Amino acid sequence: MTNLQFEVNGKHYSLEVEANEMLSDVLRERLGLTGTKISCGEAECGVCTVLIDGAPILSCNYPAVKAEGKAVITIEGLAEDGEMHPLQEAFIKHGAVQCGFCTPGQIMTAAALLQEKPDPTDEDIEYALNDTLCRCGTYPMITNAIHAAADKINHGKPIDYPSFDFGGGLEQVGQVVPRPEAGEKVTGEAIYTDDISFPGMLYGATLRAGYPHGVVKKLDVSKAKELPGVKAVLTADDIPGRINHGEIFQDWPALVGVGEKFRYVGDAIAVVAADTQDIARQALELIDFVFDPLPIVNNPVEANQEDAPRVHESGNLLKHIKVNKGDIQQGFEEADVIVEDTFFTPTYEHVFMEPECSIARPLEDGKMEVIVGSQIPYSDREQVAEALDLPLDKVRVRSPLVGGGFGGKEDIAGQIHAALLARATGKPVKILYDRHESLLVHPKRHATQIRVKLGLKKDGKLTAAQTELYGDTGAYASLGDKVMGRATTHSTGPYIVPNVKVDCYAMYTNNPPAGAFRGFGALQAAFAIESIMDQVAEKLGIDPIELRRINALRTGAITNTGQHLRESVGLLECIDKTSEALLEHTNGEDPFISRPVPGEPNKRRAWGFAVTFKNTGLGEGAPDNASAEIELLEDGRVETRISSAEIGQGLVTVLQMITAQELNLPLEQVHIYLSDTDLTPDGGPTTGSRQTYISGNATKFAAINLRNSMLSTLAEKYNLPPDEIVFDQGVVRVNGTELSFADVGALMREEGRVPRLTYDYSSPKTTPLGEPGDKHFAYSFAAQAMEVEVDLETGEVRVVRALGATDVGKAINPLGLQGQVEGGLIMGIGHALTEEFIVEEGQIVTDYLSRYRMPSIHHVPEEIQVMIVEDPTEDGPYGGKGVGEISTMPVLPAIANAVNNACGVRFKSLPIDQDWLLTQLKKNASAA
Amino acid sequence: MNNFREYLQARSVDEALELLGSEENAALVAGGTDLLLDLRQGRHPFLDRLVDVSEIAGMKHIVREGEWIKLGAGVTHKQIISSPLLQTHARCVVEGCGLIGGPQVRNVATIGGNVAHALPAGDGTVSLLALDSEVELVTRQGSSWQPLIEIFAGPGQVKFDRTKTILSAFRFAARQSGEGSAFHRVMRPQGVAIAILNMAAWVRMRDGRIDQARIACGPAGPRPFRAYQTEEYLVGKTWDESSFEEAAQMMDGEVSLRTSAHRATKEYRHYLLPVLLKKVMDRAVDRAGNYKVE
Repeated sequence: MTNLQFEVNGKHYSLEVEANEMLSDVLRERLGLTGTKISCGEAECGVCTVLIDGAPILSCNYPAVKAEGKAVITIEGLAEDGEMHPLQEAFIKHGAVQCGFCTPGQIMTAAALLQEKPDPTDEDIEYALNDTLCRCGTYPMITNAIHAAADKINHGKPIDYPSFDFGGGLEQVGQVVPRPEAGEKVTGEAIYTDDISFPGMLYGATLRAGYPHGVVKKLDVSKAKELPGVKAVLTADDIPGRINHGEIFQDWPALVGVGEKFRYVGDAIAVVAADTQDIARQALELIDFVFDPLPIVNNPVEANQEDAPRVHESGNLLKHIKVNKGDIQQGFEEADVIVEDTFFTPTYEHVFMEPECSIARPLEDGKMEVIVGSQIPYSDREQVAEALDLPLDKVRVRSPLVGGGFGGKEDIAGQIHAALLARATGKPVKILYDRHESLLVHPKRHATQIRVKLGLKKDGKLTAAQTELYGDTGAYASLGDKVMGRATTHSTGPYIVPNVKVDCYAMYTNNPPAGAFRGFGALQAAFAIESIMDQVAEKLGIDPIELRRINALRTGAITNTGQHLRESVGLLECIDKTSEALLEHTNGEDPFISRPVPGEPNKRRAWGFAVTFKNTGLGEGAPDNASAEIELLEDGRVETRISSAEIGQGLVTVLQMITAQELNLPLEQVHIYLSDTDLTPDGGPTTGSRQTYISGNATKFAAINLRNSMLSTLAEKYNLPPDEIVFDQGVVRVNGTELSFADVGALMREEGRVPRLTYDYSSPKTTPLGEPGDKHFAYSFAAQAMEVEVDLETGEVRVVRALGATDVGKAINPLGLQGQVEGGLIMGIGHALTEEFIVEEGQIVTDYLSRYRMPSIHHVPEEIQVMIVEDPTEDGPYGGKGVGEISTMPVLPAIANAVNNACGVRFKSLPIDQDWLLTQLKKNASAA
Repeated sequence: MNNFREYLQARSVDEALELLGSEENAALVAGGTDLLLDLRQGRHPFLDRLVDVSEIAGMKHIVREGEWIKLGAGVTHKQIISSPLLQTHARCVVEGCGLIGGPQVRNVATIGGNVAHALPAGDGTVSLLALDSEVELVTRQGSSWQPLIEIFAGPGQVKFDRTKTILSAFRFAARQSGEGSAFHRVMRPQGVAIAILNMAAWVRMRDGRIDQARIACGPAGPRPFRAYQTEEYLVGKTWDESSFEEAAQMMDGEVSLRTSAHRATKEYRHYLLPVLLKKVMDRAVDRAGNYKVE
């Protein structure tokens, strides 16, 4: 122990600290300043940035003893005299806050920049924030916010909200408003799971298999149990209920017992609870774990071979998914030209900024509470209850704020383990994954191999499309069959194709499981079909945009799965808008021709184009429901309650706007309470771009019913027809009398009505593949153009400009929508240019954040033009449909097409590898 | 995890040597961006003691002493890129250090740490080599200046005894009229933030011809590399298309480039070599031609 004397946010502290305590540990755990977040713990991401004597440093890798005699400023210390720093205000108003987990780091880094450069340029901002990462991709909004804050500081200019040329039209819905939780996110008050602790809380750690495939031969935990400070060591034998978990198929053991098989490196063998995390981890090293290795299945194609080792007893095929329409043979016979190619997409990692954390706590009434940032709280409840052999009502799952998900927080991580340890010890137990463990354990995006064969007439009309897909679902199913189902149905693109045949094989391997990830299989499919569409355009000599226009789905068309599209097909409008904007950028020149870069003789630029569609909701026959509870509180506020996850996408804002819209309330009078299985009804999974539509509709109808209930009380009381009662900006006017909502609530209570009701919403019916009817109740559409610059000497590629149009039905929350589209686009740039999750022989190479690069502010294009098409869907709230996923999807093929246009090198696998690109250029040059 | 026991802050070089010498299993640490992470991630064996030398006042100077520019090993990357003196006299070092990390890393990472880590492609190391820098090594027996190029033994390895020696400062000749330097690197967008290839050049021009040249690059072998043959070839040449081509060819034969998994192929590095050579030499020659000592 060393004595540390230092100052934090103006206050002097004297503490005894350990040599290996980092400054972030001291701030968070000793001083309770949990505004400083830990995302990577390896000095890579910038999230933990604090100022030391005015200079930004990474507190996660800064020994606390080094702070001796120094002054530290954390996010909690930025506001002065209770007034927010202009950066904090600007971040809120400019939408630079999504999940909020990186926000403190961004603001502290920006604050240091403004100290040094009070009026920074875009280049200054890029240089200063280059290593402060945001997976939501708020970089453009952060840049705007920093400029706005600088203008306020330097020139006293008030900070305004940005304006958009979409949305509007209604009093609340469609307006530009701040996130209700943005204030706490910019001040560091926001609470995520790891910010919570309880007296006597223990810390859990998990022993992982460390090898991709084998049988547990011996497992002796006696030495680990003897280590002082260890309170429990559990193995599969200690699971009272169901050993396996899984969203759809329960094939994933929470712990692998002796004689049982583990199937990937991240499989859990034992869990420990101890007084400290260090002790828990030391205990893992004392567990005697011996296994017999088994041969490894490396990829889905290999998995499908007859002699492949079996990952599961049932075999390696999770599901063979088929789509057939028309007569494929005839379709190819009718074609004038047939083009065929194979494409590959790698495994991708979510890198949600907040690593997985679960706290389980035994409650007095025999209940188990699990606190976890989850995308599906009700599913967590069911899975924990099954494992603990408890009735559902004996498990309560509640979610604090969630620092990003993108699909990666749908499966069980530490929830069951924490609950098992809490049950065994009778104490609260926290299991926090560090980034390394997070990278090893949770399901990724499916790597795919997609073969596409298209038949077309000379005029560009598609006659046939045949695709064959292999998806690597890894060791366990997770949502693999659904993901690859979406890949299947999206593999022939948003096109009218009379003859279709698709075969998709979702295969088990010994790689990390793959599950949900923004774009959900449809992203991989889009890369393949949109790449080959450009190849076809070239072969037929048809403009790539025109080729898409000729074949585009439109109202009245029949999809490849036999769905008749009756409405809300904004694809042609997206194509037209993007095409017009593109021609404006190129002054009418062909955007797809390679152009020199003035002053840079070794560089070429070109645009690339792609279109996509993405279903909203679960679809294909899955019941898609959400229930919302609404209550008029005694103080006159209205609270809407639903278990649907806010993972940064802006659901709270949307539900607040909808509630306010239907009751004609100011936003401040509406409170949204999410994700507590004891207090909020089930909103279903946050997946498939469904929450604005499904939970939005549930909320809308709940609000309408509350309004009707209020009306009927007032109509009786005042003996008036309901249509003479007016809801107006938070008050109700009856016969010249103005009643507050609190007054109306009191009247309802007086007559014995509880002003609280629940609405159970079910989506329009969908049908499974192969049956007639609608496969999905809504689709969003998008067209995207990306301009790249290729360095012909080094093979380096960068995105210069991006413009695109997305049909979202209705822009309900324009600020959030802009953020989703920009952020999705930036994730797409990452997938195309920087990201690659590498697994070799089942072992993960990219097991630290330093080895998996997500896009930084440096990768943001010089210009992003977001255009929104609002082609409403009848049953969506105000016409709205999903947008969370589609913004990423067309970016990958648009970049690959642009690279091909710029330098003649076609990437059929991602990411764009500059090494390979340059080699191809050299080959092409020597062949010419 | 508990991968070290003590973390001690040295206030002087003597104190650091004392702290280092009085514990068998000890190591020096500066900004902590390399060693501390290696320890915490279990890539480095347990240490009883870490001796932090990043705040030794005597190791944080950037000064001119007669014909030498002296740079303390504890100088941070941030200090380097903000130094007007280095901007003039060691442009390649400023460029090299400006590309490392973000401001948070540049605020703690030291030039001494970068060099002592002995990576063949250390950006700070390679840029210092182009300036023919010398390094001051201090032991309890005393201190001595040695050519920087001579301290490297292999990847991550130095020739001096790390448990008894402190690398305390660098020095290189102050810039004269007709001299200029430059640094450039190519990174891979995927994977670790280590240059696929970096290069620094320094030239002295006389009457439009190269009077002297120094070119360093990495990774081009187990140690940071100086292209002596190419440097020698360039003496007396004008910097033009034909001397570039000859120099590029010569350097291509001189370096030893290899394929590293998930980072770069050997072929790609060979493609990059002339591109970098042209870039750094163009800039260095340009800067040299424009520089006159008042």
